[in-house]
Amino acid sequence: MYVSHTMDQNESAGVMAAHSLGEPGTQMNMRTFHYAGVANVNVTQGLPRLIEIVDARRIPATPSMEIPLVAEIDGGPVDEGVARHIASEIEVTTLLDVASIQTNITNMELVIVPDARKISEKGITSEDIRDRLKKAKGVRNVEIDPVKKINIIVRSDEPSFKKLQQMYDSIKSTKIKGIDGITRAVLSKESGGWTIITEGSNLREVLKVRGVEVENVMTNSILEVADVLGIEAARNALIREAKGTLGEAGLNVDIRHIMLVADLMTNDGYVKAIGRHGISGKKSSVLARAAFEITAAHLLHAAMVGEVDHLEGVTENIIVGQPVTLGTGAVNLEYKPKKRRTEEA
Amino acid sequence: MTNEITKKIGSIKFSCVSPEEIRKMSKIEIITADTYDDEGYPISRGLMDPHMGVIEPGLRCKTCGCKVDECPGHFGHIELAMPVIHVGFIKDIKMMLESTCSRCGRLMLSADQVKARRESMEKMEELGGGTIDLKNFSKETAKDASKGVVCPYCGATQVKIKLDKPTTFRLDNGDKSAKVAAGANKTSASSKLTPKEVRERLERIPDEDLRTLGMDPETCRPEWMVLTALAVPPVTVRPSITLDSGDRSEDDLTHKLVDVLRINQRLGENRDAGAPQLIVEDLWELLQYHVTTYFDNQTSGIPPARHRSGRPLKTLAQRLKGKEGRFRSNLSGKRVNFSARTVISPDPLLSINDVGVPIFAARELTVPLHVNARNIEQVRKIIRRGPMMDKMEFPYKPGANYVIRADGRRIRVTERNAFEVAENIDIDYVVERQLMEGDVVLFNRQPSLHRMSMMAHRIKIMEGKTFRFNLCDCPPYNADFDGDEMNLHVLQSDEARAEARILMQVQENILSPRYGGPIIGAIHDHITGAYYLTHGDTRFDRFQTSNILFKLPVRSASQRESAIPDDRAHSQKADSRDWSVEIPEPAGTDEKGEPYWTGKQLFSIILPEDFNATFKANICRNCREGCQKENCRYDAYVKIRNGNLECGTIDVRGIGNSKGRILDRIARDYGASRAAKFINQVTRLVLGALMNHGFSTGIGDEDIPEEAANQIFTYSQECIEKVAKNVESYRDGTLEAMPGRSLRETLEVNVMGILGDARDHAGEIAEKHLGMENPAVIMAKSGARGSMLNLSQMAGCVGQQAVRGERLSRGYHGRTLPHFERDDLGAYARGFCSNSYKTGLSPTEFFFHAMGGREGLVDTAVRTSRSGYMQRRLVSALEDLKLTSDGTVRNTVGTVIQFKYGEDGIDPSRTVGGKAIDLDDLFYEVLPEDEAEMLIHPTSSKAADGDDYATREKDEMEYTDPDESEGDEDGGDDYGDDGGE
Repeated sequence: MYVSHTMDQNESAGVMAAHSLGEPGTQMNMRTFHYAGVANVNVTQGLPRLIEIVDARRIPATPSMEIPLVAEIDGGPVDEGVARHIASEIEVTTLLDVASIQTNITNMELVIVPDARKISEKGITSEDIRDRLKKAKGVRNVEIDPVKKINIIVRSDEPSFKKLQQMYDSIKSTKIKGIDGITRAVLSKESGGWTIITEGSNLREVLKVRGVEVENVMTNSILEVADVLGIEAARNALIREAKGTLGEAGLNVDIRHIMLVADLMTNDGYVKAIGRHGISGKKSSVLARAAFEITAAHLLHAAMVGEVDHLEGVTENIIVGQPVTLGTGAVNLEYKPKKRRTEEA
Repeated sequence: MTNEITKKIGSIKFSCVSPEEIRKMSKIEIITADTYDDEGYPISRGLMDPHMGVIEPGLRCKTCGCKVDECPGHFGHIELAMPVIHVGFIKDIKMMLESTCSRCGRLMLSADQVKARRESMEKMEELGGGTIDLKNFSKETAKDASKGVVCPYCGATQVKIKLDKPTTFRLDNGDKSAKVAAGANKTSASSKLTPKEVRERLERIPDEDLRTLGMDPETCRPEWMVLTALAVPPVTVRPSITLDSGDRSEDDLTHKLVDVLRINQRLGENRDAGAPQLIVEDLWELLQYHVTTYFDNQTSGIPPARHRSGRPLKTLAQRLKGKEGRFRSNLSGKRVNFSARTVISPDPLLSINDVGVPIFAARELTVPLHVNARNIEQVRKIIRRGPMMDKMEFPYKPGANYVIRADGRRIRVTERNAFEVAENIDIDYVVERQLMEGDVVLFNRQPSLHRMSMMAHRIKIMEGKTFRFNLCDCPPYNADFDGDEMNLHVLQSDEARAEARILMQVQENILSPRYGGPIIGAIHDHITGAYYLTHGDTRFDRFQTSNILFKLPVRSASQRESAIPDDRAHSQKADSRDWSVEIPEPAGTDEKGEPYWTGKQLFSIILPEDFNATFKANICRNCREGCQKENCRYDAYVKIRNGNLECGTIDVRGIGNSKGRILDRIARDYGASRAAKFINQVTRLVLGALMNHGFSTGIGDEDIPEEAANQIFTYSQECIEKVAKNVESYRDGTLEAMPGRSLRETLEVNVMGILGDARDHAGEIAEKHLGMENPAVIMAKSGARGSMLNLSQMAGCVGQQAVRGERLSRGYHGRTLPHFERDDLGAYARGFCSNSYKTGLSPTEFFFHAMGGREGLVDTAVRTSRSGYMQRRLVSALEDLKLTSDGTVRNTVGTVIQFKYGEDGIDPSRTVGGKAIDLDDLFYEVLPEDEAEMLIHPTSSKAADGDDYATREKDEMEYTDPDESEGDEDGGDDYGDDGGE
C-alpha cells in the first residue's frame, strides 16, 4: 500500500510544488490581520506574508515572537505577577514610557519626573534610570534630585538652549529596560501556561532571559532563526510559517510541497530567496537565467567568460525546442521492431 | 513519415566576436548611410544592401541567391573610424583596467597569490560550483588586485581610474604621485582615457592573467570589448515596412545604424582632414553615444535616442528584455497550430471526460492519419467527402482538409478534387482528417495556474458555437459561464495522444496534487439535488422514481451479466462511459399498496457494491451533547455499508469537490475511471432528483416575520447604544485601556466587538426564523452555494463596513460624511449598517458599503499581479527539480535538494488528506466494525477536525470580517474574468 502511494520517478516535483503554492496565492487576501486570541498583536498575514517568506527578507514587515514561559522558576510557580515581570524584562521601555520630562529654563536643566506607579510596575528605580541616562549620548551630568528623591536632574555642561534641546531629544527615547527591537510584549494565558507575544523580534537576547521556555520560543523572522539556531531550524521555521500562513487563509496545501520549497531555499546552508537574487539567479543555465530576468547582463557575461549551456533544465530546452527532461521527457523509448507488430501504448 | 534523423542540440556555447571574425563573417562593408534610391531599390553598400539578405518578394539575395524566406540573411559590418567601447561590458572593462598594471598589463597580484587563486578556482569547478559562484570569486580576485598601488612585476605606480557613467574613463590625478605618473604636460585634475588607450591597455593583458580573472581568452579577449568594427545584422532582422501610402518605414535598428554610419563618416573625414582635436573628440563621443544606444537604449546616464515622433527607439537590448522581449515572448512561449478558442457553456449530460466541440471548429481542426495498407480504403472514403465546409449540421461525418504526399507536398482537398485526390493516395501519405468523436484534445483555460488548468478531453461533436463540458470540470479550470472563453488543442501524434490519455485526461486529475483530495466533484445544484434526494425519509413512487432515473440508462436485472449494452459499444474501453443502472426492488409499499423507493435507496444504486464509509455531513451541527450517530436528529451522520446508504444526508461532504468523502474514497480505492463513472452518474441522478422536486430561490426566501425583524431592530439599537456608552466613557476618560493598547485602540476593539456581535446575533435570529425548509438555507447548509453569513446579511443586518480592517474614518475632516457631527465615534457615523440587504440600506449606509466594496475590488486587482509574480518566481526556481530514480530530489546540476521526497517519498495526490495511508480505512477493512470503531474513535474525530480545520477557520473568519466573503467568493472572480480576457 505504501509503495503504491509513492511518487513516480522523474516526476516534476518542483513544478508541482510551485503550482500548489502559487495557485492558492490568487485566493488569498492582501490585508494584515489581528492575531487570533486575546493578545492583539498585528501580524502580516495572507499573500504579503507568503511573498515575504519566499523572498527570505531579512526583517519581516511585522516581526513578532511567541515566548512561552516555564511553569516554575526558582521553585515558585510562574503566576501572572511573575509573568508580567518577565514581560517587562523583554519589552523595551523608553524614558518617556515611565516618566515625563520637564525643562527648567532658569536652572538650565531637565527634570525627569518618573511616574511612581509606572516604574514600580516595570520594576525600575530612579537609580536605574540615572545609570541608564549616564550612558546616553551627549549627556554627562545626571543626578538624583536631592530634594524630591524620585526625580532626576540632567544638566548640561554649557548653558545653552540648543544644548538643552539636544539633550532632551537624546534622552527622551533612551532605553531604560528591555531587549532591543521588541516594542511590545503582551501576555496571554494558554492552556499550558503563560505566553508572551511580542511585536518586534530579537531571538538571541530573548533566549537569555530567565523564565523563558527556551525550547519553544518562536519568531517569525526566519533569517534570525538561521543566524541564531542554524539552517535546519530555519528550514523548520520556513515550513511552519508558510504552512501557518496558508492555513490561516483557509487553504489546504500538502506539507510536502512546502517542505520542498523550504529545502530548496536552505539547501546551501544559508537562506536563499526565491527570485532574481536567490535561486533563479544562480541557475547553471545561461538561457534559463536570461529568460527569467535581467536578460542582457546574463548574456553578456556568458559571452565574456565563454559559458556553455548544457541544456539540462526546462527553460533551456523549451527555448531550443526540445522535449524537456522531466516526466515522460526524461526517458527514451527504444523500440526494436520484432517480427510482429506490438502495440505501443 | 520520412525517416529523418532528428538531431539533438547537446549544448550551446557563448562567446564574444572578435573584430576579425566580424569582418570575416561580413558579406559586405557598409559605407553609405542611405537605404534606398529614388526608384526604391536598395543602394549598394548601404544599410539595405541585398548582400545581407532580401525582404521583398521577387528579389534574390546577392550572397546566396535565395529568395525571401529561404535566405536566412547575412551579416555586414561597419569599419569604425575610431574604436568605441561596448556598453554592456563597461563594468568588466573597468574591473580589468583597475586590476592590471597600466604599463605592463599584468594582473597586480604576486605569483603566489595568483597560484592560490587558480587552485581554488579549479577546486570550485571540480566541486561543481556554478558560474555565478565563479563570477563572484573572480570579482573578488579583481578587487584584491586593484588594491595594489605598485605593479609587482614592472614597478609602475598605478593611477586610479574613475568611470564617468556611462562610458567615459578618467584617470583620477587627485594626488601628487599620480600627477607625476601621468606626466607633467597634463595639468587637469583628471584626464580622459580614450577608448583607444583603453583598448591598448587591454591588449597588454596576458592570456594567463585573464584566466585568473575568470575569463576565457579563447572566446573573449578583453580588447574585443572595445569595438573597431561593428557587425550589421541582416536585413531580415530589421525589415522595413511598406505603408499603404507607399512610404517606407524603417526598423528602429536601421535608424540607429544610419546615425552610427553618418557620424562615423564625419569622424573619419575630420580625422583625415586633420581637424582640430576638439572637433574630433566631440565626434568621437557622439559616435560612442550612438553605438551605446544602438546596443541598449535604456543605459542610465544618457538620454534615450528617440524616433521622430518622440517614441524611444527599440534597440538590441530592448528586443531581448522583458515580458515582450525575445526571450520571454518568443523563445519561452511557442505559437501553435491546430487550436481553437471560443466561449464555453455548460452541459450536465456530458461525461466529465468529454468536451463538446461545435461542428464549425471540428471541420477546421484536423488529425493526421498515416495511410497504410490496412486503412487505405477507409481513408479514401474520408477524403472523398472533401472538406464539407458547407455541411455544418447533423449528421456529422469527418472529411479531410489536406493530403500530404510522401515527398512532403501539401495538397488542399477541395470539393472538386476530392475524388481525384482520394484515388491518388498511397501508403506513407498523410491525410489531415477532420475531428471525429472520441479524438483526444487538450482543453485549457487561462490563467493556467496549475496543471489541472490543461486537461485532456474526448471530443463530442455538437451543434451550436460554444465548447461545452460537464459542470464538475469547472473548479480545476476555475471557469464559469459568464462569457469565459477556453482554448482547445488537437494532438497530432500517437505518442502525444497516448500520453495525454494516460496522464492528462480529466479522470486522472480528480485528485488534486495540492492536497490529497478531489478537485473535481459535484458543485452547486448537484449538491442541492443530492440533499433533496437523500435528506430524511424521502419516498418516491414508481412515476417519480422513473423520472429521477430517466437520464441514467436503465438495465434490467437479467442484463446484469451481459453488462455493457447497445450503441455505446464503440467506446466501451473506458467503462466510465457505461452509465447504466438497475432499478432496485421497491423499499416497500404505501397505504394504497403502491410500491415506493426511498431517496437513500436511489442514491445507493450508483455506489460501488462493497463501498463502506462513515462520516459527518456538512449539515452536522456539532451537537454539544455528543453525536447521536445513527439517531442524529438532523440526519447528518452518514453511514454507508456494502454500497448501501443506511443513514445520513449526502451533501458537499459526500460528493462535493474538495470535500467529498465518498468521491475521495472511490477515486482512491476503485480507480479513476470508476470515479469518473460515479461523478457522471451522480450528476444525472441528482439533477433528476432536483427536477423532480423543483428548486428556486428568490427575494422571498429572505422574508422574516415582523416579530423577528423587531427583535433584530431592538438588538441592534441596544448595541448601538452600548457603543455610544463606550464612546462616552472614552471621552470622559473612564474607559480602561487594554494592556499594550492606547485608549483609542481599546475603544475601537470594543466597538468592533459589539457591532460584530450585533450582526451575528441578527443573523442568528434570522436563521431561527428562516428554517431548514428555506431553499437559500438549504443551499448554505448543504454547502451548495453561499453561506449563512450571506443570508444573515440579506435577512438580518449587513453589519460593520471596514476598510483596512478598521471602521471607516476617511473622508472629511474628523468625519466620514457631512451628515455627521465632527468626531462622532458612534456606530452609524463610522460605517455600521443596521439594515439588511432586503430592507435596503440608508443613503449613508449605501455609501459606506460602497467604500468597503471598493476596497475589495482594489484588493483583487493588486492581488492578481502580486501572486502572479510570486508564482512566476516559484516556478522559475523550482521547475528543474525532479524525482530521480534513487528517490532523491535533485536539480539539473545534480545537487540533492531532498534525500527523500517529502521525507517519505509519498505523492501528495495519493495521500489521504496529506497522510500516506488512511489507517482508519484499514481498520474497517481488517477488523469487525465495532472493534474498528473503538480503535478509531479517539483518533478519527481528531482527524476529521484536522481535515476540516482550514475550512472551519475560514467560516469563522468570514463571520468576523464581513467584506471578505463578498469580494472573495464571487464578486472578484466575475470582475476578473470579464476584464482579464
